[in-house]
Amino acid sequence: MDLLHLFLEVGFWAATVRMATPLLFGTIGELICERAGVLNLGIEGIMAAGCMTGWTWVYFGGDLWTGVLAAAAVGALFGLLHAIFTVYCGLSQHVTGLGITMLASALSSFVFRMLLPNITTPPKIIPFQPLHIPVLSNIPFFGDVLFTQSPMTLLALVSVFAVAYFLKKTPAGLALCMTGENPMAVESQGLSVFAIRTGAVMIGSSFMAVGGAFLTMSAFDAFYIGMVNGRGWICIALVVFSSWNPGKALLGTIIFAAFDALQMRVQQQSGMLIPYQFYLMMPYVVSIIALIIMSRRSAYPKALLIPFRKGER
Amino acid sequence: MRLEPREHSAWWLRAMVPLSAGFIALFCCSVLIIWAGASPVDALGLLIKGAVGSKFAISETLTRTIPLIFTGLAAAVAFRAKLWNIGAEGQLYAGACIATWLGTGMFDLSPWLMIPLLFAAGALAGGLLLLGPTILKTRFGVDEVVTTLLLNFIVLLFVNWLVFGPWKDPMAMGWPQAAPVVDSAVLGHIIAKTRLHWGLIIALASAVCVWLLMRFTTWGYEIRAVGHSQNASIFAGIPVNRVVVRTALISGGLAGMAGVSELCGLKGYLTLDLSPGFGYSGIVVAMLASLHPLGVILSSLFIAVLSIGADSMSRSLNISNYIADVATAVSLLAVLLSMLLTRYRIRWR
Amino acid sequence: MNSTKPLLSLKNITKTFGPLVANDSIDLDLHRGEILALLGENGAGKTTLMNILFGHYVADEGTIEIDGAPLTPGSPKESLQAKLGMVHQHFTLADNMTVLDNIMLGTEPFWAFRRNTAKAVKKIKRLSDQYEIDVNPHSMVSHLSVGQRQRVEILKALYRDTRILILDEPTAVLTPQESDHLFATLRLLVAEGLAIIFITHKLREVMAVSDRCQVLRHGKTIHLCKTADTTADKLAKEMVGGELPKVERRESKPGELLLELSDINATDKKGHQLLRELNLSLHGGEIIGIAGVSGNGQSHFADLLSGLLIPSSGSFQLLGKMIDRPNPLQMLKSGVGRIPEDRTATGVIGDMTVQENIALEKYWKNDFSSFGLLNNSALAKHTRELTKTFDVRCGGLNASARTMSGGNMQKLILARVLSEKPRVILANQPTWGLDVGATAFVHRQLIEASRNGAGVIVISEDLDELFSVADVIQVMYQGSLSPPIDPSRTTASELGLAMSGHRDVIHSMMLKEARA
Repeated sequence: MDLLHLFLEVGFWAATVRMATPLLFGTIGELICERAGVLNLGIEGIMAAGCMTGWTWVYFGGDLWTGVLAAAAVGALFGLLHAIFTVYCGLSQHVTGLGITMLASALSSFVFRMLLPNITTPPKIIPFQPLHIPVLSNIPFFGDVLFTQSPMTLLALVSVFAVAYFLKKTPAGLALCMTGENPMAVESQGLSVFAIRTGAVMIGSSFMAVGGAFLTMSAFDAFYIGMVNGRGWICIALVVFSSWNPGKALLGTIIFAAFDALQMRVQQQSGMLIPYQFYLMMPYVVSIIALIIMSRRSAYPKALLIPFRKGER
Repeated sequence: MRLEPREHSAWWLRAMVPLSAGFIALFCCSVLIIWAGASPVDALGLLIKGAVGSKFAISETLTRTIPLIFTGLAAAVAFRAKLWNIGAEGQLYAGACIATWLGTGMFDLSPWLMIPLLFAAGALAGGLLLLGPTILKTRFGVDEVVTTLLLNFIVLLFVNWLVFGPWKDPMAMGWPQAAPVVDSAVLGHIIAKTRLHWGLIIALASAVCVWLLMRFTTWGYEIRAVGHSQNASIFAGIPVNRVVVRTALISGGLAGMAGVSELCGLKGYLTLDLSPGFGYSGIVVAMLASLHPLGVILSSLFIAVLSIGADSMSRSLNISNYIADVATAVSLLAVLLSMLLTRYRIRWR
Repeated sequence: MNSTKPLLSLKNITKTFGPLVANDSIDLDLHRGEILALLGENGAGKTTLMNILFGHYVADEGTIEIDGAPLTPGSPKESLQAKLGMVHQHFTLADNMTVLDNIMLGTEPFWAFRRNTAKAVKKIKRLSDQYEIDVNPHSMVSHLSVGQRQRVEILKALYRDTRILILDEPTAVLTPQESDHLFATLRLLVAEGLAIIFITHKLREVMAVSDRCQVLRHGKTIHLCKTADTTADKLAKEMVGGELPKVERRESKPGELLLELSDINATDKKGHQLLRELNLSLHGGEIIGIAGVSGNGQSHFADLLSGLLIPSSGSFQLLGKMIDRPNPLQMLKSGVGRIPEDRTATGVIGDMTVQENIALEKYWKNDFSSFGLLNNSALAKHTRELTKTFDVRCGGLNASARTMSGGNMQKLILARVLSEKPRVILANQPTWGLDVGATAFVHRQLIEASRNGAGVIVISEDLDELFSVADVIQVMYQGSLSPPIDPSRTTASELGLAMSGHRDVIHSMMLKEARA
């Protein structure tokens, strides 16, 4: 009975959508990279870099939206680095991605420490405030769940549909998907596989960074080292879970976030019966289970992980 | 610009790989140090002094190489078979947990039995932890990178629960740590008044053993064959899944041993800061060594010098010691690029 | 015809890969409305030349002119804009996409807001009517047969209003009848004013379809003539540079029964039938050739004998023993030698040394290891002997296998397999991509092995190869094998009908045998 009640509660769903936001950005970003045939394990670090960039930008006087842009730009730069290694040089996407994660995390920590030495409690910024869109927010239930969120959450939802449209309906989207299926097909039709993959990895990475920025600019108002805390890896699991499909990615993230919101509620209500660490494990456990369920039927892009070299077949 | 495969790569070219990676890392960090307002030359001097400038510094650096050799070997063995074990961090803690469970008063034996027993148990725990993702990979095709990474978080939360909950040592004045291991489980110090312990010898011996295994045995041959070509190995009748599982047990075992050696040699009790990411640095160590088991010894020394030196350098120059992490990451990326150049040559047209 | 200015003109094209000269100052002219056959052995430089033309490679020297205007080298985009179209030997289609997606890719402005699929479908319909190419634009490429895929590739080129069409070994995957269909289409295209370059090493086709021929050998133009003025024999001599190496046939004297498959069925995990009621009996001293269009289950049949595919029903008897769940190691140990279809992916491990590759199927034998320790010196001795007897040219025992040529790689595999004295030998496409010399070597080795009592199965898409080595031919169609056919009593076109599923033909061939 309690559980049923919970699922009808506005606050629960509002929390779910809020918690889904960073994962949504990350998942969409990773999805774009993988549809073009490039696994981006740099996601964890790129999210951290986005976290740090967005926050510091605002802390040093920038406004919020340019902060999001700054985070996206930093993400794109790391994406470019990843693309140079994996696309142009054809190096291992696994190892490069881990290297990018290490580099991006270490650099963000280093830069943060150098910009703000000698601090004990992290300073705060004024984050994005929830929107109250005049008409839409008055719709019962959905108004509260969807339209009284941070503008970044709305941005995330809009970008899911935009990306879905892009992949399905535009020539550029077709070329991107084709690159992940058979790069030779793309090259023989006069398009550059290198350029398409590089573009996809850069744009995907900027989505990831914006997801990171959400954490410091909307969900919270300060930056901690280690803040991303595995969210990037969860996004990679969610991409598999979604079968590389933006619509299913939205669904997957919502289900996942609902689980997360649920465990928090249960944790508050059940008190110390089960140690809190076990609740915190839940997202990771759920991700692994999702991977196991979906791995059998996954229709992964055929050229994923395979480097393309011109004139080599 | 085009890459053209080389037919042969000279030994000196391959030897240049880690060196050039080191130089690229130093160069990139110099840029950061200049930005932070210090002189890179001073910084390098202080770094080297901090790492090898005194008997104590050397002993600290060598102490730091011990876990890195273990985790580096773990990554090197697994990567040889194209098993992407990124979970050495979790396996390290799994090893340390088992050693804590067995070594904190459950029973007492002579050190000659106790220490091998703890290492064996730790290796088993690490190996078993990797077995799960490996079976998921071989049976269901679940990508082991993500599962091993996620397991790291789960294991760390589990340890968190242990040291805050049931295993919390009441004598530790409220610190979240488990009880210390019994005296017979403590690895003695090689040099008095330093922290350098006998784990170093065990680590070096492990490196030699892994090298012998990879070079001279059918197991090693199978691991290499499977890593280079899964299809050809299946066709040739090599039991690929069995080889991958065996590799996982060896790799996870080595990472588990890192945990035991840190626990019994350095800390003495289980805490959450037993490893500041040794599992992840192990990947860099292995790549710097081009996955060669003996090369792992040298590359872990390099990473140890970097992190111990950076600690002391950052204190004197007021630069964040995250510079060591940056240098480690840059050297990983740089080693990838340099390895590419040993296999391909660049043609400008 | 030659009086007009050529539509396409290549001058002095030279291209080297390291020490190898793939193209050595080649000239080529192509006129409107003609089909030029570009002939040559594997490795003669045909594909390299076309890849240069199409912008996949950049030539070291030389110029390309289309209609008098120079073509920017190294840009597929420029080549496409110059109305060049190419049908590659390995199709460049994405399997998980529709025909429409594959054809439309790159034909619209890249950043357009929306794809105009309606217009594209209309154009595809028009083209398919005009050239009698029938393909549903909305079907998935993965559902199409090989012949249909090739038609999609041609459509892809026509969709871009191609004036010059290049076809690289287009008939390799087709039955003789499908090839005839293709030739008819090509005739239609030429009549519309297109110019076609037809790359092949099959002489019969050159004679059937082309107007002119240009023969390449070792990267040089050796011979240039009108098809009407030459004969297949003359062209063959030009191609090989002398007489064809003779492979001596011999009478087969079937010995004891080695392998018997009866009513074998096999399915994949999704329940698709891979092998259907398959029957075969192989005797010692006999070479059975398996003919068929690729994709009719040959690779599954090879997997079955390699121990990679477990039959769901039927009986599998090898040397008098029943085999229930075959696995590769068991097949090796029971004396089956396997030469895989894909040398570079399954036959050898490119990143390992020659010695390690020789060891691949025998490292566990007592001669080469004991108690888990490899006996490297015994392996080295063995490898040295084999490289000598099988004439494997490599940069030493410790050279990595990827640096070897295709022919030497195949010799290495032959050495590894034949040195174990297998009773049954399975050779899947054993001469694919090899030059004449290496092909003859492989054939000689297989024939010699069969003369020494082994039973040999050769799977090939090249009917000429089967006619020259096989004692008996069985045709594979949709996962099952026809009854044995005597090659001396049939023709390529009859086999071709059987390969496209005409069971009555097989029946009449059997009757012929019965009467004989």
